[in-house]
Amino acid sequence: MARITLDFRGMNCPMPIMKTAMAFRKAAQGDQFEITCDDPGFEPDITAWCKETKNLPCDIKKQGKDIIASITKQ
Amino acid sequence: MGNDLAAKIRELEERIDRLENKGNSLTMVLFSGDFDKAMAAFIIANGALAMGKEVTIFVTFWGLDVIKKPAFSTSGRGLLERILLRMRPKGPGRLAVSKMNYGGIGPRLFRYMMGKKNVEPLGALIAMAMEFGVRIVACQMSMDLLGIKKEDLIDGVEVGGVATFLGKAYEGQATLFI
Repeated sequence: MARITLDFRGMNCPMPIMKTAMAFRKAAQGDQFEITCDDPGFEPDITAWCKETKNLPCDIKKQGKDIIASITKQ
Repeated sequence: MGNDLAAKIRELEERIDRLENKGNSLTMVLFSGDFDKAMAAFIIANGALAMGKEVTIFVTFWGLDVIKKPAFSTSGRGLLERILLRMRPKGPGRLAVSKMNYGGIGPRLFRYMMGKKNVEPLGALIAMAMEFGVRIVACQMSMDLLGIKKEDLIDGVEVGGVATFLGKAYEGQATLFI
């Protein structure tokens, strides 16, 4: 199990979701992701992505403008 | 009796599988050759691919401009086809916008603003979708009509007809016409 930190600040739709999907493809089951993004659309997007790809649960924290999502690859 | 029941369960399981898989694909028709509409199409396509969906884009009529190579020879075609090909943009870098085109100033302005705001360019979105395994099917009839050959289109594009599109559309639950 690896911890993977991704920083997608400054990126726009659909890049954060695309890059998340790319990173998940390469990851192993149980790998933990921490994704930071400052696009306001990222919160609903990552929530929907997690639901649709069954990589639940998705824990979201906010730090100023940054949205930090913690997801574990199932 | 027991055998009948087992067969019935198997049949029901297959039906459930089929129904559950129904939500797993997205089919699009890209009819428009407008830059802004093509952007929308490829952003949605990429999003769906990221969500693990199977995406098929059926490209017809002006939409073919979007998937043309930036340069190709128009030789070996009739006069009308050659004129038409000269008049139409080649590839994502040359498309017009559907509103505020202002003779080509509009698209330049949009591209500049997209660059400043870090929005991925259309060409990159298309390349990314291809990398993710999008299936792009170019309409044979409109290619014939507009004098476009398969070699004029970006690599990896298939050529098909309306049945190819419909077959995929009936398999999935979401179909968009752009």
